[in-house]
Amino acid sequence: MRVSCTINGEPRHADDVWEGESLLYVLRERLGLPGSKNACEQGECGSCSVYLDGVLVCACLVLAGQAEGSEVVTVEGLAAGDDLHPVQEAFVEAGAVQCGFCTPGLIVATHDLLARNPSPTDPEIREALAGNLCRCTGYEKVLDAVRLAAGRGLWTATGDPSGRGLPSRSGAPGTRGGDDAGPRAGEAGT
Amino acid sequence: MEFLQPRSLPDALAIMAERPDAVPIAGGTDVMVELNFDRRRPEAILDLTRVPELGAWDRSDGGVRVGAGVTYTRAIAELAGDLPGLAIAARTVGSPQIRNRGTIGGNLGSASPAGDCHPPLLAVGAEVEVASAGGARRVPIDEFFTGPKQSALEPDELICAVHLPAATGPQQFAKIGTRNAMVIAVCSFGLALDPAGGRVGTGIGSAGPTPLRAGEAEEFLEGVLSSEDLWSSRAPLGEAAVARFGELVAAAARPIDDVRGTAAYRSHALGVLARRTLGWAWDEHRTGRS
Amino acid sequence: MSAPAAPARQPFAPTAPVTGGIGESPRRPDGTLKVKGEFAYSSDLWAEGMLWGATVRSPHPRARIRAIETADALTMPGVLAVLTSDDVPGRKTYGLEIPDQPVLAWEDVRYQGEPVALVAADHPETARRAAALVAVDYEVLDPLVDPEAAMAPGAPPLHPKGNVLRHIRIRHGDQDATAEVVVTGDYEVGMQDQAFLGPESGLAVPDGQGGVDLYVSTQWLHVDRDQLAASLDLPPEQVRITLAGVGGAFGAREDLSMQIHACLLALRTGRPVKILYSREESFFGHVHRHPARLRYEHGAARDGRLVYVKARILLDGGAYASSSTAVCSNAACFAVGPYDVPGATIDCAVVYTDNPPCGAMRGFGAVQTCFAYEAQMDRLAAELGMDPVELRLRNAMGTGTRVPTGQAVEGAAPVAELLRRLQAVPLSEAPPAGALDLRELPGGVSNVTHGEGVRRGVGYAVGFKNIGYSEGFDDYSTARIRLSVVAGEPQVEVHTAAAEVGQGLVTLQAQIARTELGVERVVVLPADTQVGSAGSSSASRQSWMTGGAVKAACEAVRARVLERAAAKLGSPAASLSLRDGEVVADGDRGMALADLLAGEVVEETREYHHRQTQALDPETGQGEAHVAFAFAAHRAVVDVDTELGLVKMVDIATTQDVGKAINPQAVEGQIEGGIAQGLGLALMEEIQVVDGEVRNPSFTDYLIPTVLDMPPVRLDVLELGHPDSPYGLRGIGEPPTISSTPAIVAAIRAATGRPLTRVPVRPEHIVGVPAPESRDRPAAGAGRAGPPEGGDEGGDGSDPDPGSAVSEPGRPDPARGFPTATQAPLDPDRDGG
Repeated sequence: MRVSCTINGEPRHADDVWEGESLLYVLRERLGLPGSKNACEQGECGSCSVYLDGVLVCACLVLAGQAEGSEVVTVEGLAAGDDLHPVQEAFVEAGAVQCGFCTPGLIVATHDLLARNPSPTDPEIREALAGNLCRCTGYEKVLDAVRLAAGRGLWTATGDPSGRGLPSRSGAPGTRGGDDAGPRAGEAGT
Repeated sequence: MEFLQPRSLPDALAIMAERPDAVPIAGGTDVMVELNFDRRRPEAILDLTRVPELGAWDRSDGGVRVGAGVTYTRAIAELAGDLPGLAIAARTVGSPQIRNRGTIGGNLGSASPAGDCHPPLLAVGAEVEVASAGGARRVPIDEFFTGPKQSALEPDELICAVHLPAATGPQQFAKIGTRNAMVIAVCSFGLALDPAGGRVGTGIGSAGPTPLRAGEAEEFLEGVLSSEDLWSSRAPLGEAAVARFGELVAAAARPIDDVRGTAAYRSHALGVLARRTLGWAWDEHRTGRS
Repeated sequence: MSAPAAPARQPFAPTAPVTGGIGESPRRPDGTLKVKGEFAYSSDLWAEGMLWGATVRSPHPRARIRAIETADALTMPGVLAVLTSDDVPGRKTYGLEIPDQPVLAWEDVRYQGEPVALVAADHPETARRAAALVAVDYEVLDPLVDPEAAMAPGAPPLHPKGNVLRHIRIRHGDQDATAEVVVTGDYEVGMQDQAFLGPESGLAVPDGQGGVDLYVSTQWLHVDRDQLAASLDLPPEQVRITLAGVGGAFGAREDLSMQIHACLLALRTGRPVKILYSREESFFGHVHRHPARLRYEHGAARDGRLVYVKARILLDGGAYASSSTAVCSNAACFAVGPYDVPGATIDCAVVYTDNPPCGAMRGFGAVQTCFAYEAQMDRLAAELGMDPVELRLRNAMGTGTRVPTGQAVEGAAPVAELLRRLQAVPLSEAPPAGALDLRELPGGVSNVTHGEGVRRGVGYAVGFKNIGYSEGFDDYSTARIRLSVVAGEPQVEVHTAAAEVGQGLVTLQAQIARTELGVERVVVLPADTQVGSAGSSSASRQSWMTGGAVKAACEAVRARVLERAAAKLGSPAASLSLRDGEVVADGDRGMALADLLAGEVVEETREYHHRQTQALDPETGQGEAHVAFAFAAHRAVVDVDTELGLVKMVDIATTQDVGKAINPQAVEGQIEGGIAQGLGLALMEEIQVVDGEVRNPSFTDYLIPTVLDMPPVRLDVLELGHPDSPYGLRGIGEPPTISSTPAIVAAIRAATGRPLTRVPVRPEHIVGVPAPESRDRPAAGAGRAGPPEGGDEGGDGSDPDPGSAVSEPGRPDPARGFPTATQAPLDPDRDGG
């Protein structure tokens, strides 16, 4: 089948897609976008994290046809030409990149976190990145990178954080931004 | 493999009537794993993400009708007030990526004994609304799970929604995992107190071939609360009663040993979770503060 | 004295000082590509006309192959080749130390997942379908899975020379010594997996002339090349390997996985072939850490001075040799710990079984023994009524101490200092009760406790290990340095075959070149077999060995450059140096390097060898076997929900001597990452094998730490130098994995009073719930290698087979000999630290 969608702001399509392929497979093998990674293909590692219509998802869990007509943003869509997105820059500067296999997924997840919550506390950062496994760094410098990017204050709480035509966040749910008090024991959660 | 993408519920049901072998997919957090790992090769797959009726929820008759396509993220953000137990459970699921896609209906559709939403649904006596091209029906949650990963769904039926009463009292949910995120429950427990009706509801997860209710524990506690008029006096619950409640919950479980834990541990842990969640819920009832 | 007229000075032009030399933390050269998603990992490779390979694997741990039918697979449209062992033109086996592992099994299958046949097709789905159509007729046999049984006399030999692959005996000091105080213990370490994120993958491209180019993730290019050449029956020059981007290694890429397979298919079909393992296949596609059973006896005087240590260690090597003989040696050599002990009696054996093959994993034998000897030290301290750190200080090794193999430790051996510094790190305060955030508690947002049952514990541990290869192995690395002028600026190219696996070796090579040659612009070329071997990215050796080779080659280039400059400037070469892109004479500018080179190229290649080591005596285990040692200590603070057995890491502090931090940021990253792996072994990581079958080959049930499991890390890095190494550096990658695990378990023991003699620690051990009665189970799900059904939240708490138990110690746990927890919850000041 043919799958047509907007990827990183450009209309793209893939032909001869087998109906059982995931969006991840289509991105990597048919659309020349191998930035999203295939570390587990079962939603456990987050290395395939992308935006689907403004929502952070694992591309390995999206059936190709489900992305028909949708807007997809991958790690390849965050930089503006040769200028790294501030999240990308922070990851390199903070030493959060070792083998780098988890890095694309972490960057997209961090981008999503900071767009919704520009000044996250450490517990909020951890909860937001709990779906991204890293085997090299022990996460310490990943946290440093997120704090570094957040501290540079480049986001407003709503709207397109990068000004680079990312899909709007209407209808995109998320935890309530800016509320940094964790749930008290007994609360149902924010 | 055929990919089918209806745009309305009647269309989806019509497809199911014609192709009862079609596998429904919404968030994909279960179905895609099976596809990616070559464990399933359905002849047809039915994408439900473009069916708007499934993604809505609304309040009616003192209850909430939650569309099958409501994701965990939305449950946390939008339903915490009406359905606190469900919201706590949704928060324990997976990761943000999983919560953004996984759905309440999908959890029911997989009918796993480990499904995180199931214990809260059991605890409030939810009803599952299912439909086929021939009409809709409601299945009480107690009758929905018929075996490990088996449900009362007919082959041509889809899960449309879950009906839950809005909370009239404190609700709790607790889940044991050997890691702090992204973990399938070793065991879990849901509790709902209904002061108006004098009822106690429970749900046990990952400790039996299906999610279970601890009927004897519920009756015992209801008896204590009503005979000692504790609902209205809001006096503290005696330790003996709490302990007994825990024992009865543990006894209601039918756990096994597997890669995630042993039966003995599961029984033990359920007793602890039951005592603790009861303590928190009762404290909330007494003080009005969670 | 009169001197010849000095050449006219160049007009002064300020030069930018070269940054990014050793001791700094310059940006990774591959960082930009990695964060953009443009870095090419081996799993990202693509070539025109590429085919996909798939591997047919045995579902049985032990079987005889009666026949393999490939006709159905071959006739499937889109399938271009189906190969079996008959199609291996050269040596039919491979192996790092002993070539005992079949490229493709042909007669005996010795572990679940062993490769039996290969398929090449034009789409990965087609390749998978075709692989399923390859019909292998197995005679299923009973696997031999208990290592003790495998060692017993009369055990059926799994390999021609019997089941004991190696037995190391170390006899040091008085073998008949007695002691006033004796503590014994039995310990067990489960099978950990490296669980790198980048799956096994590579692309083999036939060159049309009988040879092949392989782009692959691996740890040692030349050893891969040599094994490939042997099996493909090609001269080494016709097998060329280029390192593709590596998604982590940790020892799992030392053995071959898909290399020979992809090359066989490529050479047969005449087309590029890519093989990419799924995560599940990956669990079967590489070796794991050796599970270990350890029995220890420590004898000490009343004042705590150790008199002797006796250890009996049994490692389960699984089906094939891999690097088991070296792991066995390491475990034996480091069985006592960084302590000065007059007498040691150590027996360490590694045996073949039909379990999954085990081999290199970061820590390499020293991890398993550290868990045991540090537990013993705590037992001894409790028996003596002594503080556990004080006991360690009393016995701490120092410079000149002889290890049990007789070698005296050279250079700094700061065991006592590491521990004292750790003790001095203030413990963080417990949060005030009542203001608890769920996320600070055991179980986190899973909402299992609001503080009930939570106790805090603190634990210490210290460990050490060798750096580099041992026992007489002539290890070396090679570097080619090329200095030239590009666009008017001097540029250095560094070419080695050293595998960058994430640790930052590419950055370090550039830093060394900058420091040695004073040139800012350094290009590290892709690692390939066109230059000599760099040895393995393992054994914490690369900074030393490849760093040493890069340094040596740079020195050779510099010497030639300065000779030339001496002639030009009329100054003796000894008075000249290279700095900031210039030749500098006694501190004054001489001339720009670009001008001196004037379009010429200076290139040198050097091999760097470490000093010679010796083999261990077969009877006594004595010998100068090691190049150097590295030391680290950890202190862990945990909160334990004692009723549920759930652990929250509060924080972990570490002190480590790195000799010299060539790149401080990378040093920290390696330490933090190593601690995470130690945490995983302590709390959650285990490949569960029952009757030779893997129960959890997926990330759903092989759990590695998430960001919610890792605590803040407090680092204290010492730079105490080393007499032999380049810049005085020591290897750093492994020590963080060694004493982190026992520190965490010690902290849990302090919080709970449980003896906890096995890792990973499970909630049922902490709670003390009885183990299942029997570990003997009927062969569960015979033939099916899959995990329990379902993905994440939809997964299954029920297993259709009621007999599948987790392996557990199954013996009652007396709390004897361990400090017991007090009643006060969350009291950080109370306790064993």
